[in-house]
Amino acid sequence: MTAAMNPSLELRDLACVRGRRSLFRGLSVRLGPGQLLRVSGANGAGKTSLLRMLCGLLAPDQGQVLWQGQNVHRSREEFHQQLIYLGHAAALKDDLTPLENLQVAARLGGTAPNDAAARQALADAGLRGREHVPSRTLSQGQRRRAALARLPLGQALLWVLDEPFNALDTVATAWLLGLIETHLRRGGLVVLTSHQPVGLSDSVVQVNLAL
Amino acid sequence: MNDLAQRMATTAPGSGSWDALRAVFQRDLRIALRRRADTGSALVFFVIVVSLFPLGVGPQFELLRRMGPGVVWVAALLASMLALGRLFADDHADGTLEQMLLSPTPLALLVLAKTAAHWLASGLLLVLISPLLALQFDLGSQAAGVLFLSLLLGTPLLSLIGAIGAALTVGLRGAGVLLSLLVLPLCAPVLIFGAGAVESSIAGLGVGAHFSLLGAMLLLALLLAPLAAAAALRIALE
Repeated sequence: MTAAMNPSLELRDLACVRGRRSLFRGLSVRLGPGQLLRVSGANGAGKTSLLRMLCGLLAPDQGQVLWQGQNVHRSREEFHQQLIYLGHAAALKDDLTPLENLQVAARLGGTAPNDAAARQALADAGLRGREHVPSRTLSQGQRRRAALARLPLGQALLWVLDEPFNALDTVATAWLLGLIETHLRRGGLVVLTSHQPVGLSDSVVQVNLAL
Repeated sequence: MNDLAQRMATTAPGSGSWDALRAVFQRDLRIALRRRADTGSALVFFVIVVSLFPLGVGPQFELLRRMGPGVVWVAALLASMLALGRLFADDHADGTLEQMLLSPTPLALLVLAKTAAHWLASGLLLVLISPLLALQFDLGSQAAGVLFLSLLLGTPLLSLIGAIGAALTVGLRGAGVLLSLLVLPLCAPVLIFGAGAVESSIAGLGVGAHFSLLGAMLLLALLLAPLAAAAALRIALE
């Protein structure tokens, strides 16, 4: 438990090669509790590849990703217990309702929220009254909200978010910024890609992937 | 830390892997129920293909009796190929497959849960309708019973072997054809022993050996296929 109280994520000398092109190399970053890593860069600079690498979805071509000093490929189950990754796709099943989607996603991640908590999370995300419609009827922004509603439910320490502000309106952007801020204040870690600067200046580590 | 304690209270710590397996299993069954047209298409395909043979051959009972077991089994094989394409493809398209890969629950177990749900919504339906189809081939009640049992043992096997192929071809263009080319040869032993069981029952020989072999293959596949499919998924999603 002592290790979990003082989480750390370290990228050591990471390199990524897609096809024949080298996207980045020699990338080393260390992230401690309460810190946010913002990855920026042009389209095709390797932001998503870096995030997938960080989660263990993509094997690094060189270097390693360490969580609590352990290679994430070796301690996969403990690492995934502490991880929430939200990618480009919202990971919603069109035929299920947002409530069902949320329950399944949380249970897959290792927490079983009760009905009230899940409803509250959706209401906070601005989806009150839409809990029971099929997800395919949601707009792009609402889908994103339904996916993000999972964040406050789990006990994951590390949030990895790929373009989380995409398709969000100003209200939802403020809500998400609030969530991130609370998470950081609790000692959590956040990694995200975003084109706009995030309005949290004190604890942000920047990585700019140049082409 | 107070916040964390509060969060702990509102979210009961799930009983880990078992809960995640149940979640995936229930989700897939629920989707199968909500998309009845998709779920039923393999079944309708099976019924039509099997029924075409008596129509094409004509009422020659001797010939139909000889052909029956093989025709039903081949049709079951093709019908389960039809349903297999969707096993991982939908999850890959909407991003839920990535979430499965990032679950603390071992991926092989999740694959097993998915395959089980898939079999219930496709293979089991084929098994249940098969005695009715056996009538078209003038198979006696005993032969129809053996056909039913051989399919009951064989179709989960087809789903498990198919899961490896589906995992290998996930995200590829023209995955359907490639999947059939990969999986159909691997299913040949299942076909041989499945149809063989019915034939030897008609010939008045024992069916124990055939069933034992099918059962042994099923156990082996239950153990190995999810592991192979999980490894294939990790490679396919890189």
